[in-house]
Amino acid sequence: MSEPGSLTFFRERFDVDERSLARILDGALERKIDYADLYFEYATQDSVALEEGIVKSGDRHVEQGVGVRAQAGERQGYAHTDEIDLESLRLAMANARAIAQHAAQGSARAALPRRADAGPNLYPVASSPTDVPVARKIDLLGAIDARARARDPRIVQVMASCVAEHRRVLVVGSDGTFAGDERPLVRLNVQVVAEGSGGRREIAYQGMGGRYDFAQLEQPSAWQPLVDEAVRIACLNLDSVPCPAGAMTVVLGPGWPGILLHEAVGHGLEGDFNRKKTSAFADRLGQRVAADGVTVIDDGTIPTRRGSLNVDDEGTPTQRTVLIENGVLRGYLQDRLNARLMGMAPTGNGRRESYAHLPMPRMTNTFMLAGEDDPEEILRGVDRGLYAVSFGGGQVDITSGKFVFSANEAYRIENGRLGAPVKGATLIGNGPDVLLRVTRIGNDLRLDRGVGTCGKDGQSVPVGVGLPTLRIEELTVGGTEG
Amino acid sequence: MSDAERDAVAQALARARAAGADAADAVLAASDSLETRVRGEEIDFVVQARQRTLGLRGLVRGSRGTRSAITSTSDLSPEAIDRMADETVALARATAEDPAAGLPDGGFADLRGAEDLGLGAAEDRSVSVEARIEDARAAEAAARARDPRIANSEGSQAASEFRRVVYGNSLGFLGSYESAMHSLACEPIARENGSMQRDSWFSVARRLAALEEPAAVGRRAAERALRRLGARSVPTCEVPVLFDPITAASLLGQLAGCASGYAVYRKTSFLAGRLGEEVASPLLSAIDDGRRPGGLGTRPFDGEGLPTRRNVLLERGRLTSWLLDSYSARKLGLASTGNAARGAGSAPSVGATNLWIEPGARTQDEILADTPKGLLVTELIGMGFNPVTGDYSRGAAGLWIENGEIVHPVEEVTIAGNLGQMLRDVDAVGSDLLWLGRIASPTLRVARMTVAGR
Repeated sequence: MSEPGSLTFFRERFDVDERSLARILDGALERKIDYADLYFEYATQDSVALEEGIVKSGDRHVEQGVGVRAQAGERQGYAHTDEIDLESLRLAMANARAIAQHAAQGSARAALPRRADAGPNLYPVASSPTDVPVARKIDLLGAIDARARARDPRIVQVMASCVAEHRRVLVVGSDGTFAGDERPLVRLNVQVVAEGSGGRREIAYQGMGGRYDFAQLEQPSAWQPLVDEAVRIACLNLDSVPCPAGAMTVVLGPGWPGILLHEAVGHGLEGDFNRKKTSAFADRLGQRVAADGVTVIDDGTIPTRRGSLNVDDEGTPTQRTVLIENGVLRGYLQDRLNARLMGMAPTGNGRRESYAHLPMPRMTNTFMLAGEDDPEEILRGVDRGLYAVSFGGGQVDITSGKFVFSANEAYRIENGRLGAPVKGATLIGNGPDVLLRVTRIGNDLRLDRGVGTCGKDGQSVPVGVGLPTLRIEELTVGGTEG
Repeated sequence: MSDAERDAVAQALARARAAGADAADAVLAASDSLETRVRGEEIDFVVQARQRTLGLRGLVRGSRGTRSAITSTSDLSPEAIDRMADETVALARATAEDPAAGLPDGGFADLRGAEDLGLGAAEDRSVSVEARIEDARAAEAAARARDPRIANSEGSQAASEFRRVVYGNSLGFLGSYESAMHSLACEPIARENGSMQRDSWFSVARRLAALEEPAAVGRRAAERALRRLGARSVPTCEVPVLFDPITAASLLGQLAGCASGYAVYRKTSFLAGRLGEEVASPLLSAIDDGRRPGGLGTRPFDGEGLPTRRNVLLERGRLTSWLLDSYSARKLGLASTGNAARGAGSAPSVGATNLWIEPGARTQDEILADTPKGLLVTELIGMGFNPVTGDYSRGAAGLWIENGEIVHPVEEVTIAGNLGQMLRDVDAVGSDLLWLGRIASPTLRVARMTVAGR
């Protein structure tokens, strides 16, 4: 939170204080700089992993550093170092400033520190997940292994891991921005291999997590369904048949298939691509980009969600942003730089992987609001098509708008009924028009279990997605059967 | 490498032993880097960075095996290193005994009179930000000058990184090396009739002088974007599919993942249990060589201090070796192949060094001319590959071939098959081996795959 908690931490640990930070920023503004900021980070991460029935190793990592940025016009100078002390900061600021020195505009003075006006902490925890004794994590993985193997004799391999993170950040900006955040994050991963008759093997993965106490993962009501689901999908896929190929009606199940939104429209609505007009969505605000009834939201303020943040990595409080409202494009995801250059307001979407990266506009939790259709009726209405309920990753070319995502649990639909499970297939579509071909929207919006990671320009950040059951006409399915 | 960095490694090892570890190894990775992007005529960003991370593995022997833990820190103060070493040993004690865990049994790299592996040039150390900005500018300008339809871009990016690695273990091995990597990439956007296409080209090398000319990078990037204008889908069909050297290298990368000792002993690879068998077309030979001069995966010793070497993975279609570190080798009853990969912040794992498919005799044009109908794939997107079964389904873009000639660009299609079958179905291998990373291939043609489209 924007309480001085983070500042106290960084002050005590690295001997930096508000006044000297303000002096460094003020020094930056002597040149023609629009904005300058400092981003401090101290992160602890630990993980334990089980395979072959035992936890063979544990690991623990500490990462610290500071990034110093100066902006002038479109230009950004950035210097980062893992040595946090005033001398390194001055040197880094000199570098960042020199980089931006030729720009024409800008001449603001550094304002007094102003604490970001964030709401209540979205993710309070009783104890940091990295302080939980490792024995508890090992016990949980052991229980997962036992349950998976007991669940079905065809399970021949169980790999499970538990990852905990505690990240402290502090942002100090030349306009007085002064925001800190403490970000817990936990994640549980379960992967099982099933072996069927004739030695056929299939693998399935399930995971869950969020910004909450590790104790929440230890609840049997949390991890048991996860294990059961992984076992079910691996065994199901032992009987999967080749996937059909070609354009057809696709029904997406609720929840994690929301990565469709992320690939089809999410990246294309990021401010940087639209400012540069390299996105297929550039200059389309106010235009119809989706069918009636399609409303897409990015919301960084949902408590305990993996994609949520109290403040983004530039110190801007997160918010709920309407991207598409009843089919019409209403907004972009913005960081400070792109918002300023486009004459818009920042939306709390300035994110970065760590202090070693420049912030960019990125999603938080992106989802589609529920419609009114009964999910079962949606399926019954399809003569021939594909029902896809679980997905691996996806990717998009934001310029051409073409996107893909890969199903790992899917079924044929024949005459309104589910047929055989089919082997993993990639679905490919065109971002700017795929949502125009949405014909039914279920009343069953669900958010994913908290496993999403989004990559852009080599930077990964935790995100969330959500979707109600959705019927889409004419999506190309990349199977092998004609 | 500074004495301070060697001292940090030595301190971590000594403290781990003092805290009760029976064995330990430590790696320190340090880098100085600069990176810039120019878009149009304007500088987008310049990033300068300095990073150091120290990683430690502590091993505690028991009656039935060895317990282990891995830690890392970017705080290299003596107190932080001591604290990390103590935590490592405490964490290791909490894990299970594993008979296969431990340092290599010996055979560490001999570093006396080490050969010059071409990992960098001394004169490049003084490269300036301005010089790399100029490289990016020149590429960007050349791309935009190539054709009026190139009116926008994601920019041109130049980067230089200088790395130092120090690795030591409690058996007395202490080695280090320095390396450099320079790159230049250009990503222009072509526009015509209201539709946009992007593509890119890049060059990467250990020495600045070995980089492709900036103007050539820009022109080539522009030509690649231009040739995608007017792309369309095609009806679903089964046809021969040609992979250009870049997309073919991605197939080889997937093969390497399936040949990793970890995937093999876990049986999460479709190749598990097939060592010595014919798994690919007799036209395919694949070699991994960690000592290839100037190679982007070249290093004098691997992540466990063992000498890097040449390993033949595929010999005319026969699977002749896995990629192994000492752990996965012990699990399989074999010896390490010198392929341990170890970042400062991670446990040892397996990785290819410089891995390539031996080129054939025909040019890409000759193979194309010999293809009555098919798809030349120039870009793949998505992650639709299942290593356990080999099932393969990815989004593709490329060029459609009719009667041996390219007739139009293609987009919004997928190609699907099974990697095992695809490797057996390779019926042409080009002469155009192209190194743009650690994994390289010439053009490959797969006799039949399903292309899904309209």
